[in-house]
Amino acid sequence: MSIVLELFLEFALLSFVAFGGATALLPEMHRVVVDNHHWLDDTTFTHLYAIAQAAPGPNVLVVTLIGWKIAGLSGALVATLAMCLPMSIVIYLLIDRWESFAGKRWQKAISIGVAPLAVGLIFSGATLIAQAAGFGWAAWALVAVTVAVNLRTKLHPLWLIAAGAVLGLLGLI
Amino acid sequence: MPPETAPPPDLKALFVGFSSVGLSGFGGVLPFARRMLVDERRWMTAEEFNAQFGLCQFLPGPNVINLAVVVGKRYQGLLGAIVAPVGLLAGPLVIVLLLALLYDHYGSLPLAQSLLRGIAAVGVGLLFAMAWRMGMAIREKPFFLPFTALIVAAIAVLRWPMPIVMVAGLVFSGAVAWWRLGRK
Repeated sequence: MSIVLELFLEFALLSFVAFGGATALLPEMHRVVVDNHHWLDDTTFTHLYAIAQAAPGPNVLVVTLIGWKIAGLSGALVATLAMCLPMSIVIYLLIDRWESFAGKRWQKAISIGVAPLAVGLIFSGATLIAQAAGFGWAAWALVAVTVAVNLRTKLHPLWLIAAGAVLGLLGLI
Repeated sequence: MPPETAPPPDLKALFVGFSSVGLSGFGGVLPFARRMLVDERRWMTAEEFNAQFGLCQFLPGPNVINLAVVVGKRYQGLLGAIVAPVGLLAGPLVIVLLLALLYDHYGSLPLAQSLLRGIAAVGVGLLFAMAWRMGMAIREKPFFLPFTALIVAAIAVLRWPMPIVMVAGLVFSGAVAWWRLGRK
């Protein structure tokens, strides 16, 4: 099986459990791409995540970068398509009937039930990236400062990213 | 006072509108989508937005892409449902691929590596902050936060495959939610 087709199938499968968007998929993408297939190493995976953070656009673009690094331009396009297309089709077909099941008890139960799972996924993604990058004490200190500033002030995250870039360039992280 | 909405957008307007959304945000563009649709171009009222966004949030996948499909379909049918998400992604995709090219050429330089390391640390902090904020927004924490802990154990510690973990988690977490809803 060609690597591009494999990439499509892996990411299309993931799109069905992407509750919380592409961000929530970080740990699973790491498992599939780094641990299982060895398409990328830990360092590259971390770098791609950092690039996606620093670029404008929807969070899903980290998938584009992973696809690029694995199989070039076709990999980038195929990975992005695999992540977006399946649910786009589902939503295209379902939206007209949404009103008829919105607010039903089962629908609310799924919405409420999925939230704590998404939190766990995003938390896991953060720990896995920290692990993959092999953070030392300085990096963890920057993580802690970022959490505090982001939760307590309204400072735009872009400033924090810029600060991280500068501290990194200075060789401090 | 009835809310004013603009005439329905054509394909070009959909493409341009969603392109502006895609390029305006860092680390997620959803708030910009709402602003463009409801406040700036007035393609829909706030109520319409909330109703339509409900399904986008309910289903897995990138919410903002789902939203583009819904808005595109609403005004221009199948073609709109293709053009709107393509508009949303096209600009950022080009930028991110240019960055990828740069990374291919210069990524191995120590300076680039240190730069990305600094950004990654901030990115991890932003993820923890996001998880914290979402966790705090959960109601009836004693019933639901244990599921968060179980997910972390299964995914981050045991590294189990996510599709199975999510299906199992959703069955139990959804059952608890069903039960709690019945008590109200």
